[in-house]
Amino acid sequence: MDFATFLIQCLNALQYGLLLFLVACGLTLIFGIMGVINLAHGSFYMLGAYMAYALAPLVATTFGGGFFATLLVGVVVSVVLGYLLEWGFFSFLYEREHLQQVLMTYGMILVFEELRSLLVGDEVHGVEIPPLLAGTIPLGEMMTYPVYRLFISGVCLLLALGMYLVFTRTRLGMMIRAGSTNREMVQSLGIDISLLYRVVFSAGMALAVFAGMVAAPVSSVYPGMGDTVLIICFVVVVIGGIGSIRGALLAALLIGVVDTFGKVLLPQAAGVLVYVLMAVILLFKPDGLFKAG
Amino acid sequence: MKLKVSAAAFAIAMLGCSTVWAQNTSRVKVGLMLPYTGTYSALGNAIENGFRQYLAEQGGKIAGREVEFVKVDDESDPSKATDNVNKLIKRDNVDVLIGSVHSGVAMAMAKVAKETSTLMIVPNAGADAVTGPMCAPNIFRSSFSNWQPGFAMGEVMAKKGIKKVVTITWKYAAGDESVRGFKEAFEKNGGTVVKELNLPFPNVEFQALLTDIAATRPDAVFTFFAGGGAVKFVKDYAAAGLKKTIPLYGSGFLTDGTLDAQGADAEGIFTTLHYADSMDIAKDKAFRLTYAKTYKLQPDVYAVQGYDAAQILAIGLKAVNGDLTKKAEFAAAVEKAKIDSPRGSFTLSRAHNPVQDIYLRQVTGKENKLVGVASKALADPARGCKL
Repeated sequence: MDFATFLIQCLNALQYGLLLFLVACGLTLIFGIMGVINLAHGSFYMLGAYMAYALAPLVATTFGGGFFATLLVGVVVSVVLGYLLEWGFFSFLYEREHLQQVLMTYGMILVFEELRSLLVGDEVHGVEIPPLLAGTIPLGEMMTYPVYRLFISGVCLLLALGMYLVFTRTRLGMMIRAGSTNREMVQSLGIDISLLYRVVFSAGMALAVFAGMVAAPVSSVYPGMGDTVLIICFVVVVIGGIGSIRGALLAALLIGVVDTFGKVLLPQAAGVLVYVLMAVILLFKPDGLFKAG
Repeated sequence: MKLKVSAAAFAIAMLGCSTVWAQNTSRVKVGLMLPYTGTYSALGNAIENGFRQYLAEQGGKIAGREVEFVKVDDESDPSKATDNVNKLIKRDNVDVLIGSVHSGVAMAMAKVAKETSTLMIVPNAGADAVTGPMCAPNIFRSSFSNWQPGFAMGEVMAKKGIKKVVTITWKYAAGDESVRGFKEAFEKNGGTVVKELNLPFPNVEFQALLTDIAATRPDAVFTFFAGGGAVKFVKDYAAAGLKKTIPLYGSGFLTDGTLDAQGADAEGIFTTLHYADSMDIAKDKAFRLTYAKTYKLQPDVYAVQGYDAAQILAIGLKAVNGDLTKKAEFAAAVEKAKIDSPRGSFTLSRAHNPVQDIYLRQVTGKENKLVGVASKALADPARGCKL
């Protein structure tokens, strides 16, 4: 591998890692702060991708269209949906065992898959890259790099920064952190914890949906796309430390590097390298890199 | 005993006559073990549609027996396959198994079918082993072996004067076997595979490997991907700027059922498969018309394979006059038969894999347009089969 190729591979690793972070941060939020194992997170991601595909024509006729308008509509829809899901289902789970949480959220995967099949069908779809971002930048003589991938990386970085600021610098962030440590104490201080959780859940879901929508043009849209994402998301969350945004970012980047270079340098083991990484990290840091709270 | 023999003799004597009472008039139980959820659900449905279409053309009966379906969603999950297939055989007592799409599932099915000598017809899964080491008198395939399209493409690319090729695929049976078939033909005809890239199934993060391809600079790339992965690969390949510099070739599934999603990025790609769009075959035209009318969907290669699975069953069942205990006669009749498929007629080899023309197609517009026959009556070598 010459130096130029090495640099391009680093870029690939960074870009993949950031994309992983985008998908996983919603999960770490819901899992870490609310203590709910949400297997349906992958379905939320799929929902986002399908929204990017199915909402686009609707948005185009009502608001004049555009990828960004679709994104906005998708996020609003998902916040509302997240609010309703929390109210209708997840709010009953906080006091329950993890097993029951797994059972219900697994059921949700099946429901979401079936609904998707009924509403949109089982075909594979592509989503157009918005014309503004459709270009490519030449990299070396042979390769080009799609601008849209850089855009995704930029969005991920902004989001990571935004989340960090909200958590550490705002009153809302403070309440959320407090709520994750001691639910009853926060309640006794006169804060409506149920509402707070509802907001966190909506945000977590919106993040997953947003990730799905942003990733749709590069990942394409297909049945079962949430399942593969879910597993790697849990790996990110576990490596990073449950509930830690900082940890999730670092873990996602680590996985990006291991996966990218693993595929090229050690192709026979590419499938297991990520899990070996997880095992090694858990051996030395059983709570992940950064444990929240 | 004597009575039984004479009854059988009588039944044979009646063969060809359509006297209803001499036939087994109970229903044929067909166990459809196909993916109805997950990545391959569209394929499972297309296969069932094709199967039902042939049945409908026969007036809903095969060899005078009505058909009853028992459906199982195999979820393309090999770990559940043995349980599922045992349920179909032991609990539902199916007479024939149809399945599946995923090679791993089909292998598990074939193993049980072989042990219990249940009649089985594979309507898609291309695992070479099904008609190789696992071959059995009661196991048939209406689709292809992974080796076939790969091998045909190897010949095509070598003839085009391409010398250095990089292959890229998922690390699982279908990918490995396609690439192996390709390599066999390509290297025999003077080409070299300089690098074999692969990634774990169903990982779709190709960027690292695309960079590797660019650094290797081969004359061309041969690939096997299907479904969502195929869409993403073709799009990423174009976005990485490689489409212009290193031509992409593939086994036909790369561009089958995926062209809408791939859009312009797939334009011009050459692939090999046992089916193509806009073929000049009367049977195909009729098939497509009826299919489109019945299901409000465009038929694809999977629908054809489902249709032909029903044909194979019908040929065998007619030959034994509806009596599925006569497995040897069933197999003999199917082996002799020329199957009038929408893909063009084909026969089955001794190992029960189609001996068929593999077509070279090129993506033009939203079609896999027929370019020509890449390999005429190509038979899988059926390595390891002891039939």
